[in-house]
Amino acid sequence: MFDDLRDLYQEVILDHGKNPRNFRRPENATCLAHGNNPVCGDTLVIYITLDDDGLITDAAFQGQGCAISVASASMMTDIVNGKTVDAAKRLFDGFHHMCTKDDFDMAELGDCDEDALERLVMLSGVKEFPIRVKCATLAWHTMQAAVSGDHDISTE
Amino acid sequence: MNAPSPVIDIASQNARQKTSGDNSTAAFDVEKIRADFPILSQTVYGKPLVYLDNGASAQKPRQVIDSMSDIYETYYSNVHRGVHWTSQKSTEGFEAGRQKAAAFLNAASDNEVIFTRGATEAINLVAASWGRANLEAGDEIILSHMEHHSNIVPWQLLRQEKDIVIKVAPIDDDGNFMIGEYEKLLSDKTKMVAVTHVSNALGTIVAVKDVIRLAHAKGALVLLDGCQAVPHQAVDVQALGADFYVFSGHKLYGPTGIGVLWGREDILNAMPPYQGGGEMISSVTFEKTTFQKAPHRFEAGTPAIAEVIGLGAAIDYLGAIGLDNIAAHEHGVLQYATERLQAIDGLTIIGNAKEKAAIISFTLADVHAHDVGTFVDRAGVAVRVGHHCAQPVMDRFGVAATARASFGLYNTRAEVDALVDALEETRKFFG
Repeated sequence: MFDDLRDLYQEVILDHGKNPRNFRRPENATCLAHGNNPVCGDTLVIYITLDDDGLITDAAFQGQGCAISVASASMMTDIVNGKTVDAAKRLFDGFHHMCTKDDFDMAELGDCDEDALERLVMLSGVKEFPIRVKCATLAWHTMQAAVSGDHDISTE
Repeated sequence: MNAPSPVIDIASQNARQKTSGDNSTAAFDVEKIRADFPILSQTVYGKPLVYLDNGASAQKPRQVIDSMSDIYETYYSNVHRGVHWTSQKSTEGFEAGRQKAAAFLNAASDNEVIFTRGATEAINLVAASWGRANLEAGDEIILSHMEHHSNIVPWQLLRQEKDIVIKVAPIDDDGNFMIGEYEKLLSDKTKMVAVTHVSNALGTIVAVKDVIRLAHAKGALVLLDGCQAVPHQAVDVQALGADFYVFSGHKLYGPTGIGVLWGREDILNAMPPYQGGGEMISSVTFEKTTFQKAPHRFEAGTPAIAEVIGLGAAIDYLGAIGLDNIAAHEHGVLQYATERLQAIDGLTIIGNAKEKAAIISFTLADVHAHDVGTFVDRAGVAVRVGHHCAQPVMDRFGVAATARASFGLYNTRAEVDALVDALEETRKFFG
């Protein structure tokens, strides 16, 4: 019955949704932000730990949401760990393009971790489900808010 | 982590009696009714549309659609201000809509029906006009825990301005309104009790007659949010003894952009205007303006003319079928759906009140409501997922979101079966 949904809900996404990585509240996070999608009721808190050089030494999250938003938060925290804030922001740019634009071309993104982006491609299935784009991008919006010093972000 | 704790024990159900078909009776031919709704013959993703989101907005019968085309094609004009034929004809049609709405609620007078953009604007009107004129710091308003945001936020805005106190009447674990607890909240300071007649998130039918009797004993007025009540049962505001009653047209198989505020005429005529403009005045000079009486006092500007005509057509349509027949049909569908949904492994119904309208909120194992909504959608089934604009209810039951099937007069047991099949498949997919 649901063959056409298998592109959106791939095994890896289901796995991240059910067993999210980095689902915890670190003691020593240097910044955090609350992410809220009022349409679905999804709520996330993203915790980022930065060292003096602007390197992300830990990324974690807590909260609740649909399989897509939890999987995205799980993958995001995995991917940005060990990256600089700037690199994480560039990845978000790339991911956002991927989820919203039909003519996405990785080559145009410039300096971006291509391996990381390729891992994220599986979430770009949301492009076919416009109402779900916010589910996939909430964690990234919230991460960006955290490292930029904003404490609350709403996708509305 | 996504798993909402099952806060409600589902009573062991009787062996399911699976009946197919539509449970039409002599008084109620559901197939004939379905033929009146053009959208019900549409397919989505190649499957027949199964529309179970009537609590959010109901579909429109041909009779409503035609009535609105008819005014635009044959007699449309502004109302109450032209001597020409079209204006007279439009005014007649518009005021006939008011008479129909008044009769629909068994109002004492047509003057008690004020047209608004919807129930939200109707409640805002009462809060802004009656509330500002009648409330002082320390006065109390009682709401219930299962109000829609539209019956919470207008009172909170008023609280910011007037420093009033908002108290919340609790609900029990089945979603029943706790009348005894409510009675304890009433005091001489209570000036308004604003509660839902039927909960949009839980389906609970509130014993509003008791609510009103107890409020009146303390001298408080009562506003009822009837959005989810009027499509499902006959409402008689005089028999209830209410002071204000509000509903939206689009949930009553009528158009969007039109709603009704019914209020007792003496109360309305003592209230200051809500908005200023044309149509609501008796005379205007730069020194002094005098206002019309209700309803026109509260209808500034050109109203939603075709929408009132459409709402009148919807009321006529429901009247011809009979709300008692509709209630009986929907009750059958609700019972059947409750039995079938309860039998799904991992499904928890949120809201098991003794008296329920045809609304079922539920969670499915640890699958988030949004994922449930996306999956059943692919089977052609439209349900609402999320917090249903009633976040305090979600908090009360410890869930972030639920899926909600809300049934209308055209829904059938076969459509319940389609929902159940889709949910079974969804559960299997998520393992």
